[in-house]
Amino acid sequence: MSWLEKLRPSFIKTDTATKRTTVPEGLWSKCPNCSAILYNSELEKNYSVCPKCDHHMRISARMRIDMFLDENNREEIGKTIKPLDPLKFRDIKKYKERLVVAQKQTKENDALVVMKGRLKGQDIVVAAFDFSFMGGSMGSVVGERFVRGINKSLELGVPFIVFTASGGARMQESLFSLFQMAKTSAALTKLSEAGIPYISYMTDPTMGGVSASLAMLGDINVAEPNALIGFAGPRVIEQTVREKLPEGFQRSEFLQEHGAIDMIIDRRLMRDKIADILAILMASKAPGAIPAETAEPADDAAFAA
Amino acid sequence: MDLKFLDFEQPIAELEAKITELRNVEFDNSINISDAIKQLEDRSRSLTETIFAELSDWQISQLSRHPGRPYTLDYIGLMMTDFHELHGDRAYADDPAIICGLARLDDQPVVIIGHQKGRDTKEKIYRNFGMPRPEGYRKALRIMKMAERFQLPIICLIDTPGAYPGIGAEERGQSEAIARNLFEMAKLKTQIICTVIGEGGSGGALAIGVGDRLIMMEYSTYSVISPEGCASILWKSAEKSQLAAEAMGITSDRIREQGFLDEVVREPLGGGHRDFVTTAKNLKETLLRHLAELKQQSLDDLLASRYQRIMNFGVFTE
Repeated sequence: MSWLEKLRPSFIKTDTATKRTTVPEGLWSKCPNCSAILYNSELEKNYSVCPKCDHHMRISARMRIDMFLDENNREEIGKTIKPLDPLKFRDIKKYKERLVVAQKQTKENDALVVMKGRLKGQDIVVAAFDFSFMGGSMGSVVGERFVRGINKSLELGVPFIVFTASGGARMQESLFSLFQMAKTSAALTKLSEAGIPYISYMTDPTMGGVSASLAMLGDINVAEPNALIGFAGPRVIEQTVREKLPEGFQRSEFLQEHGAIDMIIDRRLMRDKIADILAILMASKAPGAIPAETAEPADDAAFAA
Repeated sequence: MDLKFLDFEQPIAELEAKITELRNVEFDNSINISDAIKQLEDRSRSLTETIFAELSDWQISQLSRHPGRPYTLDYIGLMMTDFHELHGDRAYADDPAIICGLARLDDQPVVIIGHQKGRDTKEKIYRNFGMPRPEGYRKALRIMKMAERFQLPIICLIDTPGAYPGIGAEERGQSEAIARNLFEMAKLKTQIICTVIGEGGSGGALAIGVGDRLIMMEYSTYSVISPEGCASILWKSAEKSQLAAEAMGITSDRIREQGFLDEVVREPLGGGHRDFVTTAKNLKETLLRHLAELKQQSLDDLLASRYQRIMNFGVFTE
C-alpha cells in the first residue's frame, strides 16, 4: 500500500481492480517492442505495424492474405487437406491433441493458407504461414498445400508468393516433415523451368527447415524489417560456439548485409512494391497484356513513409 | 581391436575381456586352453545375438554414432578404386566435413559425396564432427553438377549430426546452401543413390539426400531432429532422449515401415564397426544392384519418377 492510499480516508478509496475490467477488452494493444499502448483500430489500419516504433507485429495467415490481396476474386486452395498422425506421436501430450488445440485456437486446419487471388488486378497465387498454428511448423499438410499452390500457379501461368513465419519442420511428423523440405523445393523447380516468378517474403520468424528450403529459393527473396531469419536458432548457436552473438545477428538487416536477401520491405508498402516487381518480371510473358495497374484506391498511398 | 563397447553391451565386453585374458595366458605358458576359449567365444556370440535381437531405438541411435563405425572414407577405401578427392567450393573454402571425389565402383565411374567424421580428437575437430558449413554443401553441389555434365552416377553417403550451427555458417547462408541442394538435386540429370551410413541428422543430412534411391544401413538413423534436441524441446528435458527416439521412429526398420526406403543393408553381428569388410561388401553389392536398375531407365523416366517419388512424401487426409 502506498503512502497516499494510507493517508486517504477509506470512503474515497477507488477499487482499481474493478475499474480496470470496465475497459472493454481487445480495444488496446501493447507494442511488444516499445511498449506503446496502441488503439487496435489504429493498429489495424497501420497493417499491424506499431506507429511509434515501426515494429512489425506477427499476424495470422488469413490477416496477411487479407491485407495483401485485392478484395475480390479470391479462392482458397487445398482447404480440404487435413493433417494425420502417421507416427501416433506422443510426447507429454499427444500430437492429435496438440492439433485439436491449435485448430481451435487458430480456426485453421494447419499452418499454411493458400489462396488464388489478385494483387492490384494481377492474378497471383499466395501462400501464408500461420505462426500461431504450432509455431508455423511444416508438416505433410503444409508441404502438400504449398505444392498445390505451385501447381495452380503453373496451370494459370501466374506468379507465386509465399509469406513465411515458421520455426521449421514439425517434429511430430519426423521424416514426413523433413521430407517436405525436399518436396516444396522440388516443386519450385517447375516454376523456375516455366519462367514463372516466385517471391519469398520472409517474416518473423523464419527458421530451420522452412528457411533451409522454400524460403531461400525465391527469384526474389524479401524480408520484413527486423525479422529473425536463419537456419539454427540463436540459443543453439550460442550453446555450440560458446560466445555472445553479434548485435542484430540473424535479423533481416543482417541478412541483407550478408547477401542472403534482395531487399527489406515495410509491410505498409508490400502491395505497391510486390505488384511493381511482378509487373516487371512478367512484362515479357504477356506483351501488352497487363500494364502496371494504376487504378488502385488510395489505401496504400496513405502509408508511403 | 578396441571395440569401444556401449553401455548395453557390457556383458559382452566382460566376456570378451575374459577371452583376451585367456589368450594371453595361452600365449605365455604355451598350454592348450583353446577349447575353453572357443566355448567362451560361442557364449559371447550367442550373447551378442540375444542383445542385438532386441535393441531399443535409443540403443540403435547410439550404435549409429558409434565412434568405431565405418565412415565415408572407409567405405570409399573398401568399395571403390581410383579415388580422386576433389576439394573446395570455388568461392570460399574447402569443408573437410564433406568428402567429394571421382572413383570407380566395380569399374563403373562414379562421383562420391559423403559426410566425414573424425576418429581421434584432432581429426574430429578437423572434420568438425561431420557437421558441414555452407561451403561443404556448395562444394557438393559443384561436384554434382559436374557429374551431370559428364553423365556420372552420384553415390551419396550420409553421416552427420546436422549442419553446423555456427555464426560464420549463418553469415554465409547455411539455409540457402541446403535449400539450393534440395532444389538442384530434384532435377539433376543423372542417377543419385543416397545411403544413410550412420547418423542422418535433419536438413544437414537431407542436403545430400535427395535422389532416386534411399538406402539405410541397418544400424543407422534418420530424423528431423536429434533425439536429444526433440526431448529438450517437447519434454523440456534432454534426459528423455530415449522416449523421443522411439516417438520419432528413427531406425531403419521403422523408416522402412513408413515407406521411405528402397532397402535396408544388413550389418554383421554386433554392428558395422565389428567388421568393416563385410559391411562395405554388403553396401557395395546393394549399390551395384540399384545402379544397374537405374541405368536401365531413360533420363526422362528417371527424372519423372524421382519427381513423383518426392511429391509422394507426406501423409494427410482430404
